[in-house]
Formats: sequence, structure tokens, C-alpha cells
Amino acid sequence: MLERGEVANSWRRERWPSLRLLTPNWLSRLPGHHYDGPEPDGYMTMAEVTEFIERFAKVSRAPVRTGTEVTRVRRIDDGYQVMTSNGEIRCRALVIASGACNRPTVPELAAAVPESVEQLTPFSYRDPAQLADGGVLVVGASATGVQLAAELRRSGRPVTISVGEQARMPRTYRGRDVLWWMVASGIWDQRYDEVDDLDRARRLPSPQLVGTPERTTLDLNVLTAMGVEPVGRLAAIRDGTALFSGGLRNVFALADLKLARLLTTFDEWADDEADAPERFAPTQVPASARLQLDLRRGEIRTIIWATGFRPDYGWLDVPVLDPKGRLRHDGGVVDSPGMYALGLPVLRRRKSTFIHGIEDDARDVTNHLAHHLDGMVE
Amino acid sequence: MSTTVVNGVNVQALLDAREVLKGAPEAAQFVWRASSKWQKGVHSTTTIQNFFGLGEEQTHKSESVFDADHPAVFAAEDNGITPIEYLLVGLASCLTAGVASVAQNRGIQLRSVESTVEGNHDIRGILGADSDVRNGFNDVKVTFTIDADASKEDIEALVAQSQKRSAVFDALTNPTNVTVEVA
Ligand SMILES: Cc1cc2nc3c(=O)[nH]c(=O)nc-3n(C[C@H](O)[C@H](O)[C@H](O)COP(=O)(O)OP(=O)(O)OC[C@H]3O[C@@H](n4cnc5c(N)ncnc54)[C@H](O)[C@@H]3O)c2cc1C
Repeated sequence: MLERGEVANSWRRERWPSLRLLTPNWLSRLPGHHYDGPEPDGYMTMAEVTEFIERFAKVSRAPVRTGTEVTRVRRIDDGYQVMTSNGEIRCRALVIASGACNRPTVPELAAAVPESVEQLTPFSYRDPAQLADGGVLVVGASATGVQLAAELRRSGRPVTISVGEQARMPRTYRGRDVLWWMVASGIWDQRYDEVDDLDRARRLPSPQLVGTPERTTLDLNVLTAMGVEPVGRLAAIRDGTALFSGGLRNVFALADLKLARLLTTFDEWADDEADAPERFAPTQVPASARLQLDLRRGEIRTIIWATGFRPDYGWLDVPVLDPKGRLRHDGGVVDSPGMYALGLPVLRRRKSTFIHGIEDDARDVTNHLAHHLDGMVE
Repeated sequence: MSTTVVNGVNVQALLDAREVLKGAPEAAQFVWRASSKWQKGVHSTTTIQNFFGLGEEQTHKSESVFDADHPAVFAAEDNGITPIEYLLVGLASCLTAGVASVAQNRGIQLRSVESTVEGNHDIRGILGADSDVRNGFNDVKVTFTIDADASKEDIEALVAQSQKRSAVFDALTNPTNVTVEVA
């Protein structure tokens, strides 16, 4: 196992300090390794999740070579040549487990933002004190966007949030963590070959959730009540003015309808132990959402791009990427003999990108890998 | 997809086209065209027959001609609807087509789909009477009345999905680069 940094590198280096997992402690488990502290319903801080993964690496005696960056992978006769910062390795099979979120995705229109406005991503964001005094535009309202918008609003700044597609969720439902329902009702176990539109399932935004000791919901209604101003999807920046879509009402309607369908699925599955079914108020549409914002006027000092993450395959010199730069694979079996992947969205199951989701995928993928190696030996 | 549902939309053809065009983005490039001619006063006629798509010139079954004018309250002859009303025609027909297609795809039998579209327009903008008032609509409201074999939630989801996939809804709600030149 080659790791460019330390064990749990992404949690140490690529997250903002106040972040906690949005998956509850009891769910954030690895094979044979689970949370055994006093707060099973709590959410790990970055220090805690780092410690948790470190401990797993120790207990499982994972053969990790830290400080070893893979700089190039090429196909050779019966396997792959791997160039690293610590020399060359040859192997017959290889698993790409380099993560789905190596880089923040920033839309091209960021290039048109006036220089007077500072731009941050979830990788460069640390805390509100780092920002200039004044207004903030957060672009994106999935988990990262709503969490940063709330934190910045609490620091006293005027915050505008640009909302595209979102997966609205209450933190708890019928007395239990909403993710308990995702697991118990089988939704997160749904396999990639059972999903209607796999392409779409793999592009779904992260659930609009935050992990806090109070187990609070953080949807657009909560943000609006805090004084955060929602606007439509950022469509263009023209002559220094940000232009937002007028379709906000429908974005809200889609999220509300989808949430209602999800809750109905939970209700159909529920046992008698659960509290009574709940329904949540529709997302409030502002009387007139702003359609434009002049970025040169000084009202907005900072833009935060909470527009998702993507993997980085700059080191992969094997033709296995599609025209959009995504890895071509079938349930983690990459389109090149002996090459495998783990940790990508809906790799084999809806839970694939979550910490607890890796176990079942890893078993399937390593089985395939073992067969591949057996075949080579025979 | 249910085959017993008959809304008259060939969804299979659309789904097939989607698969084919995924691998052939060039063929997906369409150009829609209209030619307009001034008549008299604010009356003009716009003709539409040809367009480009699937890599070649295409022709509608027949030519369509649209008259646009202003009503008598604008001291015009009212030879046709006003240009901005054509946007309402576009929006209503696009969303309605979307409702029918999504319903077909989801196996929902439609019995009737009616809608009214209202565009609120402060004409002080176009008259130059107040520079703070925009020229276009302030807001647009579409109200659907749908009779179908489906729950209220399913019908709301139809209408929401139709907006999500609507060309005209997108063109009205998002900015578009427009170039106007003199040939
Ligand atoms: C902001 C954010 C919040 C999240 N919150 C949760 C949550 O609450 N709960 C949850 O279950 N999941 C959460 N996730 C998903 C989380 O990323 C995964 O659960 C988990 O980290 C995936 O593990 P991984 O090992 O596949 O990828 P990563 O954790 O990204 O690990 C990949 C490793 O590969 C190393 N690497 C990359 N490229 C190279 C190279 N070229 N050479 C050598 N080493 C390399 C990296 O340094 C890194 O250590 C979150 C993700 C993000 C971005």
C-alpha cells in the first residue's frame, strides 16, 4: 500500500478544522473495527476520525509505505510499472484507492470573478477569521456548502448561498438518525446493477447534512432562518456581475418531492418501534430571489466554491479514462487487465463512497483480483 | 416503462436517441432558425421551416408563419400577438411536451393537461419611463391542471421534472449570450 502522505492523509490535510463526519459514530466502521466510545450517535471530529483510521491500520497490520507518492503508472507485459517518489515497483495487479475527492471542482466561470473578490475552495478554507470582513457568496448547497454557509453566517457575515441540485435531509427521522434509515431500509445497500440510472446515481450530490452534538438539521429553511440568503444556481458571470438562475422554486420543489418519496420508503419499511411518521415544511422560496449580484461593488468579498470534488488521475498513464476524465470500470473492475478501483461513487453499492461502504466492495473487488492472479498462474 | 399507457409520446425513440447521442456529440448539435420580415408599423411576420440537426439540414413538414404586432392599447393594429407573448407560447408548449414525455416514461396515463401562463410585465421599462424597471418580465407564473392516473405527489413530480428538462424554461431562467449584428 503506497501512501503519499501519512495514514488517513485526506482527513488530516484536505478537510477544514471544524468539520465532523456526517455519518454517526456507530456507522463509521471498518472491517472488524468500530466505534466503542460513549457517544454512538455522535459524529467524529477530524482528529477522531484520523485516530480511528490510524488505529485500524495498526490493528490490521496494513503494510502501508507512507511518504511514497505514485507519480506514474504504465502498462507493461503482464502487469504494471509503478513509478514512485521512492523508486520503481512492478506488479501484476493494482488497486486504485487514491480517493474520489482529490481536488475541489471549480466551474470554469470562476475565471470571470473580479480580482477584488477572494476565492476559496473547501481545501483552502480554514475558518471564518481567514476571510476579509464583509459578504460571502457560497456556491453550492450540498453538505459542504450548507455547513460552510452556516459557519460563516454565525461569524456575523452576510452570506448568500447559490443553490443548484440538492439532496435535502432531516438529521433525524422518527427518532433515529436519517442515515440509520438509509442503512436499515436497504437503500444504501442497493447494488450498482440494480440502480435505474447508474450514471445519474454516480453524480448525485452529497446529502445536505451536518454532524453536530445537538444532531440538528441543516437544510435551506434552517439557513434562511439564520439569515442566509438563497439564490438560484450560478449561471454566468458577465462584466463582473454574477447571474443566477430564476429556477430556484423548481430546485426546491424537486428536493422536497424527493425527500417526501424517501420518507415514504422509510415509512413503508418501518417497524412499530419507530416514532410516528413526520413530514417537513416545504422549502420556503424567497419572495423574490436575487437574479444578479454585482461582484465589483464590494458587497461580496469572498466566494467559496462548494461545487464538489473530483479524483486526480494525473499519474495514470493507462488509457482507462472516459472523455470526461472518469475512470472506466464495471463495479471497480477497471477496463485494463489486473487493474481495480475502490472508493468511487456507487462503485458497487450506493454506500460505496462512505467509510462503512468500503468493506463489501473491497471483498468483491479483491475476490475478482485473486481470480485474475490465479488465472495468470495456471 | 408501461406499454399500456398511451400519451402519444414515442419515449423509446427518445431514450434510444439519448444513448446514441452520448457517443456522438456532433450529431446532437442543432441550429433552430427563423426569418423575420417587417411589414408595417410594429407588425412583422416570422417564417420558420428549416433547421439543422443530426449533421444535416432538416425541414419541417410545412412552413409556419407567425404574425407579431402590438394591440390597440399600444396604438397598433393588432395583426398578431406581441413578441413577448411568443415567449409564453414557447414556455407553455415546452413544459406541456415535457409533462407528456415524463408521464409516458413513468407509465402515467394522462387524461387532460391544461395550463395557464402569466407573465408580469411593467411596461415602464420598454417605454423608458423608469430606468430602474427592466424591459422583460418581472416574473412568470405557470399553473397546470392535470387529470391523470397518478397521485398528487406524482403529478407534482411530473411537472417538476418537466421544468428540469425544459429548453424554454432554461432559456428563460438562465442568461444566454445573444449577438445581434447587421449583415
Ligand atoms: C468534505 C468531505 C466530507 C466527507 N464526510 C464523510 C463522512 O462524514 N462519512 C463518510 O463515511 N465519508 C465521508 N466522506 C467521504 C470520504 O472521502 C470517504 O469516506 C473516505 O475517505 C474514502 O476513503 P478512500 O481511502 O477511498 O479515499 P481517501 O480518504 O481520499 O484516501 C486516498 C488516499 O490516497 C492517497 N493518494 C492519492 N493519490 C496518491 C498518489 N498518487 N500516490 C500515493 N498516494 C496517493 C491520499 O493521500 C489519500 O490518503 C467525505 C468526503 C469529503 C471530501
